Amino acid sequence: MTVNELAHKSVQYRRNILKYIVGANAGHTGGSLSCIDILNVLYNNVLNISPETVKSPDRDRYIQSKGHTVEALYVVLADQGFFPESDLETLCRYKSHYIGHPTKKISGIEQNTGSLGHGLSLSVGTAISAKLDEKPFRVFTLLGDGELPEGSNWEAALLAAQYKLDNLCAIVDKNGLQITAPTAEVCGTDPLDKKFEAFGWAVREVDGHDFTQLIDAFDALPFEPGKPSVIIANTVKGKGVSYMENQLKWHHGVPNREQYEQALVELSE
Amino acid sequence: MGDVITGLDKKAQANLDVFSSTLQELASTDRQILVVTSDSRGSGKLVPFGQKYPAQHIEIGIAEQNLVGVAAGLASTGKKVFAVSPACFLSARSFEQIKTDVAYSDNPVKLIGISAGVSYGALGSTHHSLHDFAALRAVHNLMVVAPADNFETEQAIRKAAELDHPIYIRFGKKPMPILTEENQEFEFGKGRIICEGNDLAIVATGETVYPALLAARKLDAIHGLKTTVVSMHTIKPLDYDLLSAVAAKGCPILTVEEHSVFGGLGEACASFLIQNGFRNRFKIMGIPDEYTVTGSQIEIFNHYGLSEEGITNEALALIQ
Repeated sequence: MTVNELAHKSVQYRRNILKYIVGANAGHTGGSLSCIDILNVLYNNVLNISPETVKSPDRDRYIQSKGHTVEALYVVLADQGFFPESDLETLCRYKSHYIGHPTKKISGIEQNTGSLGHGLSLSVGTAISAKLDEKPFRVFTLLGDGELPEGSNWEAALLAAQYKLDNLCAIVDKNGLQITAPTAEVCGTDPLDKKFEAFGWAVREVDGHDFTQLIDAFDALPFEPGKPSVIIANTVKGKGVSYMENQLKWHHGVPNREQYEQALVELSE
Repeated sequence: MGDVITGLDKKAQANLDVFSSTLQELASTDRQILVVTSDSRGSGKLVPFGQKYPAQHIEIGIAEQNLVGVAAGLASTGKKVFAVSPACFLSARSFEQIKTDVAYSDNPVKLIGISAGVSYGALGSTHHSLHDFAALRAVHNLMVVAPADNFETEQAIRKAAELDHPIYIRFGKKPMPILTEENQEFEFGKGRIICEGNDLAIVATGETVYPALLAARKLDAIHGLKTTVVSMHTIKPLDYDLLSAVAAKGCPILTVEEHSVFGGLGEACASFLIQNGFRNRFKIMGIPDEYTVTGSQIEIFNHYGLSEEGITNEALALIQ
């Protein structure tokens, strides 16, 4: 897709994220809005995944480690035709499969996540398998900056370099906020680029809402042959809705009717 | 099957050795078999495996959470993955990866807990796994298995390789006697009656089946008491049919396990029996809730009565 087409998609995606979160009266609003542009570019420009290839052994894999922003993933998968968008009306309802974290019961979702610090290990195992079998597929995983203190991430980061997994790309949705406070005040991870470099990764930093930068970064994979790649995507939590941007309370805040309508006004083209 | 089996005094290999040789044999014809270790290839007797099949051996380093997460990722692509690590670490350090990445996501990893129970007896509680049955029984979509002898170990590994769902198998590292006569059947979830009698039933699992059989032989020889001994190799799903049939004899039931008396085989049996109307006299033998004594596996077994003498005495007390 062109940058203009992607921009159009992101507006629709953000409107849908809010629509279904409001409908469910639950969801991780701020983080879904911070990562949606990344998912947009991944699914529309990068991954070779579609409802037709969802079982193909050679499909690219996307594993969402920050599972709590599943609403962003749901609206993208619905748009890609993995399931009818109307399914999302059951979000977080009794017995619905569309729960507050990714599960494999939903077509297009590769792994059950929700507990933080799991996606990178799963991705490393998947990428090692591709290397063993000389398969062409690539593995992408979305991490939150808030989940990086989970030690398992760094166990997996070490091993990814050990196995020279240049078919692996981690994207850090670095929105700088977590449920309690700014990430830097809770358990800071800066300088994140230096940390990943020290762990043997090739690093690129982008504006996670700039489609051109995101496309260029994904086009440049792997950043170095023989090294896993990480894209540090600087993002804004609550991006696109003025009163949500960089506000802690929208981590899992749900807009009331008036706030929702204001958001829709802002999210128009 | 009236008599206690005849091979009881013949030493065989450690279950660990059988695991290693079986896995090598499987890997020789199946390139999808992978072994994943956390600096545990030596303890897992897997050095020869890694030398023969280097492309089928993934070393993780000392990082058990990553061991299980990576194993789950590998298994999701169709690999037949054996994640091998000491049971004490595998079932505790990586518990959440087992729960989420393996069981909840239904990635069919074969979790192999080596040197289980008090196999590392002298190394202290860090190296004991006396909690693994209890912890892992409570995880949905995970079979829990403790083979008693070489036969059960080999069968468990062969059948696990072809499973489409997760399984945890744990065993020790000491040479085991032959507890199984030839031409026996093995199926997960189906306990095996090793000898049969109507005066007492001993339901044991893993490496305590051996002392249970010794006790059964002694009870017969000295007291004329005929004992049913069940190798309940699968802790979950528990063989309720067999347990019902044994309990229906009306005889006292003794359970024996190399595990805490909390939450393991004994409590699983008790829970079933009491909820299904059985009122047999009943006793759980295992490791009590205390700082576990240290020593060799056999010394710890003797200390807590998980021995020919200890089980015999407990049986006599239960019968009287």
